[in-house]
Amino acid sequence: MSTETGAAAGSETSRIHNIGYRAYDGPRLGRAYARRSLYSQTLRGSFGLGRSAKSKVLPMLLFGVMCLVAAIIVAVAIAAPGTTKLPIKYTSFAIYLQAVIGLFIAAQAPQAVSRDLRFKTVPLYFSRPIEHGDYVLAKFAAMASAVFVLTGAPVVILYIGALLGKFDFGDQTKWFAQGMVSVLLLSVLFAGLGLVMAALTPRRGFGVAAVIALLTITYGAVTTVQGIAWSTGSEGAVPYLGLFSPITLIDGVQTAFLGATSAFPGGNGPGAGIGVVYLLVVLALIAGSYAVLMRRYRRVGL
Amino acid sequence: MVRATTVEPVNVIAAEGLSKRFPRVTALDRLSLDIGPGVTGLVGANGAGKSTLIKILLGLSPATEGRAAVLGLDVSTSGAAIRERVGYMPEHDCLPPDVSATEFVVHMARMSGLPPTAARERTADTLRHVGLYEERYRPIGGYSTGMKQRVKLAQALVHDPQLVLLDEPTNGLDPVGRDEMLGLIRRIHTDFGISVLVTSHLLGELERTCDHVVVIDGGTLLRSSSTSDFTQTTTTLAVEVTDSDTHPDGTGALRRSLTEAGVKLVGLDGLDTQGLPGAGHILLVEATGEETYDLVRDSVAGLGLGLVRMEQRRHHIAEVFRSDEARPAAVPAGPVLQKGERTR
Repeated sequence: MSTETGAAAGSETSRIHNIGYRAYDGPRLGRAYARRSLYSQTLRGSFGLGRSAKSKVLPMLLFGVMCLVAAIIVAVAIAAPGTTKLPIKYTSFAIYLQAVIGLFIAAQAPQAVSRDLRFKTVPLYFSRPIEHGDYVLAKFAAMASAVFVLTGAPVVILYIGALLGKFDFGDQTKWFAQGMVSVLLLSVLFAGLGLVMAALTPRRGFGVAAVIALLTITYGAVTTVQGIAWSTGSEGAVPYLGLFSPITLIDGVQTAFLGATSAFPGGNGPGAGIGVVYLLVVLALIAGSYAVLMRRYRRVGL
Repeated sequence: MVRATTVEPVNVIAAEGLSKRFPRVTALDRLSLDIGPGVTGLVGANGAGKSTLIKILLGLSPATEGRAAVLGLDVSTSGAAIRERVGYMPEHDCLPPDVSATEFVVHMARMSGLPPTAARERTADTLRHVGLYEERYRPIGGYSTGMKQRVKLAQALVHDPQLVLLDEPTNGLDPVGRDEMLGLIRRIHTDFGISVLVTSHLLGELERTCDHVVVIDGGTLLRSSSTSDFTQTTTTLAVEVTDSDTHPDGTGALRRSLTEAGVKLVGLDGLDTQGLPGAGHILLVEATGEETYDLVRDSVAGLGLGLVRMEQRRHHIAEVFRSDEARPAAVPAGPVLQKGERTR
């Protein structure tokens, strides 16, 4: 209180803790450190660490589901006699559990960016050494890392299981590497799209809905139209239709380049030629998300 | 611990011909300023250019023309270095409700570049200095406006800046909270050794708190001088007396008696006496020295009146500006930036 020092000077007992103001002469670690701090705070926050117990429930539950499913697959593969490989490919895992990944992003992307916008905390960041680019980079990297932890951990569990099951080491390692590249690409793409949707809809409920809509509605629409195209005999259209939903984009890229089996109707994934288009679209979406975020935050001044 | 004043630069803030023009409005118009160490008030109506000036000083918004330096660093080239040494408290709400004050301020300290351990120690110290004790572990959402203002102040001070920019820190506070906040602002300089630039649209507040007041209007400098210049040019005595049987109008009798003695009386019309108890029964006497006090005392005694009070009355800054604004040339008719037009 304003009278604290004045009162304490007169009567020592009134304020036990009054030690006066101490200046800070220690190091000031600058922009790069602040960016790292923001990164780790956001990454931890995505799993509810450093936040209330309530906000740990959902991310930890989803993380648990991903790991549990992987563990069950491993257990089945090892228990069944005569198996020489895992029942599913490393690259297929994220496609099968895309709903879990979608939920995670829908819940955590708004928490990563919308809060700062909604409560107008952003000006406090920009009145400090970090700049718009640092903020966007830290948030993007943290979100991508969070999704990568979520999608990469079960792939690692599968790999460990495969090694315990004494499956062929060379094959497994190659497939595992392909799977990790695939989930890395998926993490960056999904994080970018999720953050853009969240940053453009500061109200939390809308942000969650927007992310779910983007991920699931496009997937539903694309697979439906693909199914129709397949059953009406226009198989040629199937690979191109996959360009219009994030998860089928990843499916297409990994089918073309990472030895995955496509989940498209009839396994009719894109070949190397169309695969390049898929890869370009994925990279363009990632770059586009980053550009949109930069633009969004350049407009948020003090 | 008060830092040695010699360490501080002579000019904390210097601006020269600073202009900021938006397509439709001019927010700052060739503003030149020199602000030294201490507590400086920046006064102006809404849209006078206060927030625009703060943005430029933090190196976040380039000036259209002119130059400005904060702590000797050029705002156009050393923005990051300035922001490391300066604290900023925004006018609006900026606190997430779901974290505790401690967690929030620690995070903000790290954003300012403090290592983790130092960030925690400084947070504990700073929150205590602004007057937050046990409640700092509770989520901010449950805080009163006064407590939230303290958290906002704490995050601006946590990295021990050399200068803090406080944008309307008394906004939304009740009179007691306002006084506490003003006392705290005073202490930021006297006890912590940190220079302060505080904005307000209320002159009266700054009169009590600041060493120096800068008034801007329509993006131009209206006036810049120390508060002692404003308030101590002349001393006026307010004298109130009782009536007696011999003098049913005591005030009138004293007025005549003092006028005969050659004492100059100040007219009531230009001065705000409405707020004082017994307004209308108060004589304002221009004191030229010790002898005026004696003369008033002797006159009152001679008339046999009771002296209710005789007090030194300071001019309020507002009066100084009222006479300024009466001159039409002093108020520029240029376009004034409206609040809503620039943030979106």
